[in-house]
Amino acid sequence: MAIGAQPLGPGGRAGVAAALAVPALIAVTAGAVLWQAGPGRGLSPADWSAVRFTLWQAAVSAVLSIGLAVPLARALARRRFRGRALLVTLLGAPFLLPTIVAVFGLVAVFGRSGALNAVLGWLGLPEVTIYGAHGVILAHVFYNLPLATRLILQGWAAIPAERFRLAATLGMDAAAVNRHLERPMLMRVVPGAALLVFVICTTSFAIALTLGGGPRATTVELAIYQALRFDFDLTRAAVLSLVQLAITGVAALLALRWVGETGIGAGLDRPVRRFDARGPGLRLLDGAVIMLATLFLVLPMVAVALRGLPAFIDLPASVWTALLRSLAVAAASTALVVAGVLAISLAVVRLGRRGHVLEGAALLAVAASPLVIGTGLFIIVHPFVDPGRLALPVTALVNAVMTMPFALRAVIPATQAAEAEFGRLADSVGLAGWTRLRLLVLPRISRPLGFAAGLAAALSMGDLGVIALFADPETATLPLQVYRLMGAYRMDDAAAAALLLLVVTLALFRAFDRGGRGHVEV
Amino acid sequence: MKPYLLLAGLLASGAASAQDMPVLTVYTYESFNTEWGPGPRIEENFEAVCGCDLQFVGVGDGASLVARLRLEGARTEADIVLGIDTNLTAAAAETGLFAPHGIDPEGLDIPVEWTDPVFLPYDWSYFAFVYDTSVVPEPPANFRELAESDLQIVIQDPRSSTPGLGLVLWIKAAYGDEAPAIWEGLADNVLTVTKSWSEAYGLFMENEADMVTSWTTSPAYHVIAEEDDSKDAAIFEEGHYVQIEVAGKVASTEEPELADAFLEFMLSDGFQGVIPTSQWMYPANTPEGGLPEAYSNLSTPETALLFSPEEAAALRDAAVAEWQSALSR
Repeated sequence: MAIGAQPLGPGGRAGVAAALAVPALIAVTAGAVLWQAGPGRGLSPADWSAVRFTLWQAAVSAVLSIGLAVPLARALARRRFRGRALLVTLLGAPFLLPTIVAVFGLVAVFGRSGALNAVLGWLGLPEVTIYGAHGVILAHVFYNLPLATRLILQGWAAIPAERFRLAATLGMDAAAVNRHLERPMLMRVVPGAALLVFVICTTSFAIALTLGGGPRATTVELAIYQALRFDFDLTRAAVLSLVQLAITGVAALLALRWVGETGIGAGLDRPVRRFDARGPGLRLLDGAVIMLATLFLVLPMVAVALRGLPAFIDLPASVWTALLRSLAVAAASTALVVAGVLAISLAVVRLGRRGHVLEGAALLAVAASPLVIGTGLFIIVHPFVDPGRLALPVTALVNAVMTMPFALRAVIPATQAAEAEFGRLADSVGLAGWTRLRLLVLPRISRPLGFAAGLAAALSMGDLGVIALFADPETATLPLQVYRLMGAYRMDDAAAAALLLLVVTLALFRAFDRGGRGHVEV
Repeated sequence: MKPYLLLAGLLASGAASAQDMPVLTVYTYESFNTEWGPGPRIEENFEAVCGCDLQFVGVGDGASLVARLRLEGARTEADIVLGIDTNLTAAAAETGLFAPHGIDPEGLDIPVEWTDPVFLPYDWSYFAFVYDTSVVPEPPANFRELAESDLQIVIQDPRSSTPGLGLVLWIKAAYGDEAPAIWEGLADNVLTVTKSWSEAYGLFMENEADMVTSWTTSPAYHVIAEEDDSKDAAIFEEGHYVQIEVAGKVASTEEPELADAFLEFMLSDGFQGVIPTSQWMYPANTPEGGLPEAYSNLSTPETALLFSPEEAAALRDAAVAEWQSALSR
């Protein structure tokens, strides 16, 4: 059922251009940093151990996140219950939290004086500590389990209801359904999701350091920060960021080889009924998985909410103006992402197997150091215009570029499925161009596209690290305002602003995500 | 401000007034120029006397100020850079981007004699471990006692934060070649290391840690802004490392007289009087009205420790490497 390469068309050509713009941006900015650089010290043994630690923790985090996401996604795919839609949205939330908010939420639950230790102490059990390599991994699983779950859940949603009906007619039990329907789907979805989580974890900085308990938990991004800020060793910063990119590039090539095309076939979009999952044992198992995951993911957010409530009504006016600014940035970058992701996924599908190169190119955006991109853009822009004036457009652009890979991973499989299943039919009736997009592709990818838009909007609300060099007092976004409040000793106000950020981010995500879902269940 | 000026400002949104008046651009760190920092009040006070438009540009943290200036080189818009500490002034002076201030500062209230021809101090404080007196009734009296205690501390990474670097140099100044042994002793007390002061202080305020690297003047914030006198700074017998924050004139400035006027103003009451209740540091030149009452109740060390900028620059890499290897075991 694989489809071969097709003519690109104008949409496809735009997609190729958009995908190639990402490595171009990275290359140009890294080039600008190198060009500006004087002689540097080169990489030290400490830098190499930072590279090793970065790779190790990213790999462990990816394996654990995916390992936990599969049973969670399966449980959510098999069960229908009241509040499920809300739960699916809430489970998406950790990934959207600005790092500082996530860290404080986790600490409130797992920290030294957190809820977990209070319970353990009450039971007479020894204290546990979150600080150490396991804390870094815990935080990364907290962050990425929801993303992985959503990506895998979409794999499940792509299995047509008719298949499960057929499986039931054939008398298949859960194990047989797993073997014949679910495992092939997972083989297709898991490598891409795992790669994404791995890449996200490689650029971790504040989380790794704060929860890592000390300099053992030094990541490449911290080394880049030090090189750029304290040492002004631009060569070292650029080289470190290229090492990181090279590693990601190799990982991307390996993982995307495994990302196959859909082999599941088309259905009539009927609601899924799972005849195989009716046994009480399976119900209990799924219930327990959902319950535990919910506790793990939602408790830290509850902690953030409770901490922020007291000061919420007295939030300074500047926080609200920062919110408006963040919303403008989010709107711009969401529009960019939706246009980009549509064009790129069309190009990927039309290029057939070669199309994965495009996704790999766009994926580099996550692995690129935001610090190096920011510095490079600054060097390029500074001779011509006051960088402070470009703070918001640059933030919107870079946020869009860095969100693209997540959006692509969600949208590409659905686009492939639509073309694979209905492409020939469309060809035979001469459906092409805009009409084909509107009648065939868009309706079939509206769910993942809504999810992608939600991701883009929400991630742009967060701080992706580029703004710092460009920001001036008149252009503070909400996450920056949270940091400013903390820097002024105002921890209560900072907590309240963080709550505002959490609520708005979630609301944006939900609005887009629901809009895409329409009446269809995910 | 006169009403018609305000009206003009509203109508012309600042653009017109900026055309008639010379602009003085001051690069400083982010937290200096927020509505809670000293920036806005200082701007108002200086503009009342200078006939100019003072513009603060917030640039990350103290460590990134010099990096920003080097990125921009002689093309920079900055006339003044404000917010480097003496541990980083050697590297800043070495760039050749700063001009001598030519001012003979008299009667400074800082714990060392000031001879730097390029940079002038505007505030200072002692690095110290801040704690809650209800949680830690008997704080340690020196680093060895801290190392032997069960107390958990949060510190900042010296590779990304100026207080983090301050602590490393503090131990180096107090213990010299024994510093690695002190760090090894402290390793089990270090709960975690954060990127910047904000995260560390935040963790402390959430009761995650018993003590946090901050300044002896930090408790003044809690007394004055929150009417909470439970925070105190532990005084160590070895003495306390001093952080002195400075400003310098950029050599390529097109407004040299205005820049000189700002540096003069920086040591006067219009600037210094704002510092205690916005920076929560000691002013470098105590204003006429003296310090707020909360400052007179602060714990203060007997001995001040400080490396010269050249010593600090020479020792920094090795001291940070010692810190790193002791805490990586």
